[in-house]
Amino acid sequence: MLALLRNQKIRGIIFQLLTVIGLVAFLWYIGANTVANIEQRGIQTGFGFLDGTAGFGIDQSPISYTEENTHGRVFIVGLLNTIIIAFVGIICATIVGLIIGILRLSSNWLIAKLAKAYIDFFRNIPLLLQILFWYNVVLRAMPNPKQSFNFFDTIFINNRGLYFPLPEYNTTFFMILASLFCALIASFALNTWANRRKIATGQDFIVFPFAIGMFILFPILAYFLGGAHLNFSFPELAGFNFKGGKTLSPEFLALTFALTIYTATFIAEAVRSGIEAVSHGQKEAAVSMGFSPYQSLKLVVLPQAIRIAIPPIINQYLNLIKNSSLATAVGYPEIVTVFAGTSLNQVGQAIEIISMTMLVYLIISLVVSALLNWFNHKMKIQER
Amino acid sequence: MAIYEKKQERKAPSSTKGVTFWIRENLFSTPLNVALTLLGVMILFWIVPPFVKWAYINANFAGTTREDCVSGGACWVFIRMKIDMFMYGFYPSELRWRVNSVYGLFFVLIAAFKYLKSPLVKIALAHVYFIVGFFLVHGGFFGMEAVPTDKWGGLMLTIMVAAVGIVAAFPIGVLLALGRASHLPIIKSISVTYIEFIRGVPLITILFMSSIILPLFFPEGMSFDKLLRALIGIAMFEAAYIAENIRGGLQSIPKGQYEAADAIGLSYWQKMFLVILPQALKVAIPNLVGVSIALFQDTTLVLIIGLFDLLAMVRLSAADSYWLGYETEGYVFVTFIFWFFCYSMSNFSQKLEKRFNTNLR
Amino acid sequence: MMLRSKLAKISLATIAVLGLGSTTLSADTLAEVQKQGFVKCGVDGGLPGFSEVGSDGIYKGIDVDQCRAVAAAVLGDAKKVKYVALNAKERLTALQSGEIDMLSRNTTWTETRDTSLGLNFTGVTYYDGQGFMVTKKLGVKSAKELDGASICLQTGTTTELNVADYFRTNKMKYKLVSYDTNDQVVKAYESGRCDVLTSDQSQLYGLRIKLLKPEESIVLPEVISKEPLGPVVRKGDGRWFDIVRWVSYAMLTAEEAGVTSANVDAMLKSDNPDVKRLLGVEGQMGENLGLKKDFAYNIIKQVGNYGESFEKTVGQGSPLKIARGYNALWTHGGLQYAPPFR
Repeated sequence: MLALLRNQKIRGIIFQLLTVIGLVAFLWYIGANTVANIEQRGIQTGFGFLDGTAGFGIDQSPISYTEENTHGRVFIVGLLNTIIIAFVGIICATIVGLIIGILRLSSNWLIAKLAKAYIDFFRNIPLLLQILFWYNVVLRAMPNPKQSFNFFDTIFINNRGLYFPLPEYNTTFFMILASLFCALIASFALNTWANRRKIATGQDFIVFPFAIGMFILFPILAYFLGGAHLNFSFPELAGFNFKGGKTLSPEFLALTFALTIYTATFIAEAVRSGIEAVSHGQKEAAVSMGFSPYQSLKLVVLPQAIRIAIPPIINQYLNLIKNSSLATAVGYPEIVTVFAGTSLNQVGQAIEIISMTMLVYLIISLVVSALLNWFNHKMKIQER
Repeated sequence: MAIYEKKQERKAPSSTKGVTFWIRENLFSTPLNVALTLLGVMILFWIVPPFVKWAYINANFAGTTREDCVSGGACWVFIRMKIDMFMYGFYPSELRWRVNSVYGLFFVLIAAFKYLKSPLVKIALAHVYFIVGFFLVHGGFFGMEAVPTDKWGGLMLTIMVAAVGIVAAFPIGVLLALGRASHLPIIKSISVTYIEFIRGVPLITILFMSSIILPLFFPEGMSFDKLLRALIGIAMFEAAYIAENIRGGLQSIPKGQYEAADAIGLSYWQKMFLVILPQALKVAIPNLVGVSIALFQDTTLVLIIGLFDLLAMVRLSAADSYWLGYETEGYVFVTFIFWFFCYSMSNFSQKLEKRFNTNLR
Repeated sequence: MMLRSKLAKISLATIAVLGLGSTTLSADTLAEVQKQGFVKCGVDGGLPGFSEVGSDGIYKGIDVDQCRAVAAAVLGDAKKVKYVALNAKERLTALQSGEIDMLSRNTTWTETRDTSLGLNFTGVTYYDGQGFMVTKKLGVKSAKELDGASICLQTGTTTELNVADYFRTNKMKYKLVSYDTNDQVVKAYESGRCDVLTSDQSQLYGLRIKLLKPEESIVLPEVISKEPLGPVVRKGDGRWFDIVRWVSYAMLTAEEAGVTSANVDAMLKSDNPDVKRLLGVEGQMGENLGLKKDFAYNIIKQVGNYGESFEKTVGQGSPLKIARGYNALWTHGGLQYAPPFR
């Protein structure tokens, strides 16, 4: 018997068995309590509430939504708003982060110091505080709708948000949209072709100006092909608020600002450490081989820097997505605010609603993690 | 025989030294740099003078009432009059010495750290400190008056939530990290599931869960204090992040160490606690400080579930009908406090990183 | 695992020592309250007149008075209350889970809440209705002119649903801006994020004094809903339910009989049989509830009768200056009516 206990394998099995028993007992205990509590307090269960009428309004919704819609639709609206804020936040944070990260390494003393000050300042302030600051202090200081900042009667800024004109959805609009897509694909194709040619013949082909040209030319062509008929809906002050055009609410703006500025500091650091991690020898080798600074950056430094910088950057994207849940502090209607907030309040089924919300984030996280793994795999140094 | 005379040293050409040279080289070397410098100066000019004017030159420091704020700048009188609330919340003023002595003990702890070598002893001591501190603040024994947690607030609550969160999460995190590195498949998968689940969801959903769902998990009649529920949620959350950082440390330990420990016949726990963890923790400490910074910032989230941390206290005070309109001062004040704490911690972690780096090489 | 269970034991012991995890047997809240020595009462904490916390940490308001009255009746000391500040979202769960013994947080009595959530409303301490507040500058005289307006409100309340119904039935459009706390709602309204602030009428007056320039806002005449507000307890504890209900009735009866905190001692010698029964000089009223004979005396002495409480917190003695209106006694044309103490 004792000998059995001394056997490492058997000990391992016993140990695991005990853990499983403990865990199951714990979960069973919790489950039993929960069921008893729910029954005793007469709380409803199940997902039937998703078909119930929500009864409350949501200010910003990418899909049509009215008070008569169901809680299920509230869930969808919240989810879409989460995706929108995450998407916009990621794009803005990447742009700002890249710029700051590169400026941080600038040979210009003042600029490098300013970039460092920016990073040191904003990454050390809680995000929630930044959101509240932008929302309560900066955006609140904007004028009221009647005294909006007015840019050529097309763009307006006031304490109700940012208003700008939006083209109507007609043939011309869709043609232009399609043309931009074509330009994108054509640029990619051109780039692939240029790379192949370079490997085959060694000759350089600079793609960039051609790509820019396509992005300008294609939409112009499409505009005329589509009937040269582009109608803009302009924001106009009517009654209490502006009507027409597109509105970005102060909640959305505050959240985007704060997420961008906060996450950008981390992205900038990732970019910087990625570039700095490329050893000096590599750069010197590039110079001694007669590469121009541009060539050395493009062919030697960046490919290595990106490999180091991308994983932490994607982690930051993940953080940004999770942090977008702080929207609830300013009332931007994403999933935590409207579904785990208002809907939860109206139906009171906390377990179902919180689980669904957690599941949403979990799935997003898993997808992004899978993306990261794929990238790491692809970027692995190919040993030859 | 030639006589060599020492010639006078020639000065470096004026174009390669001095302030002018430095300025030219570092600020105006290329047209792009000139533009960037001008932009930088513009940004500075745009931000700094108005802020200094508002926060210092035109600001009001003296006085005790709203009427003392007349000059149009910041009204620091508001902060001064509310500082007790920002620091201690509603903690009874005659008992605040208890909180202060916990702060004082912190310096004793730091001093003790100078003389201690083993990281495990240090960590154990830190745990003892936090537990003693918690009891001292809470009271309710040795004839000390108990202060219920609903009176706790302000910076004191912020620090306490962060500290207790880390301290409670640390042992769980170590176990999870060991579990994840373990060869036992079930243990490993449980640890991985837990860690990945927690890291996949935002803290706020965990806080919602601990404040709304947790009471349902326990039998009728057993209820937890609101603060305690938040602490449970935070510790659960933080444990996963600590585990990931310790795992990084574990991975950096060469295999030889494990084999050597096995060879001299140490049991699993002996091997881990005497050989592997002390080394792994040393590697992980800079990152753990990073986690602490993140947690310190995350404590602000407790305001969403209705606890009065520093940020919530400032918002509450700014809504006081007598002091309406001084919210900005409040936010600037909190910003400064948080920035000070986080920046000091991140500097500390950078120093640690440098020190440990040299040790490893 | 060993370590883990040890840790669990240690932490449970710690919790027990600190008294953080207190055990309440909701089956007998009275015994539990008497054992713990205080009443755990859920309030808003940020609503002038109803429950607000001063910078000294002391709570006051008409909702708070209900908590104090229950403490006075059960424990003989109105100060023995542990207040738990709750937002609209948390309040019902907090009661369900036993975190609080009673909820007195301007909560509207509705069918759903009374039947499907395992809760019971003990009565109505304030008859309210939802209204709108706008700035005078807007020049709006009636809620019917609010088409297209932005509306600020506190989320997690019946307010949200009432607004939706009202605008839909009147075929008007609105933009909703909702927040978790009243403070945030007021701030948003003040800064012009929205044109209209909607809430229960009483709250509108309360929130108005939180504005920098209260005189620039008016409350519109329309009342779009019925909002009977009252204390809530858990279902299944009949005795506790009776106590909370009859504490409110005792305060009403006292006003009706003219017993105030000032004259209550003299009233002990009154010949009026109603007063005698109320103050426990005669009859078994206290014992019937499982309380002491003089429970009502303690309430009136320490908290006051309903009228006193009303005037002091929301009425003429307060910055809110709300008229009694529906909340006058039935003898004065109001709706406040207590069943007889007999």
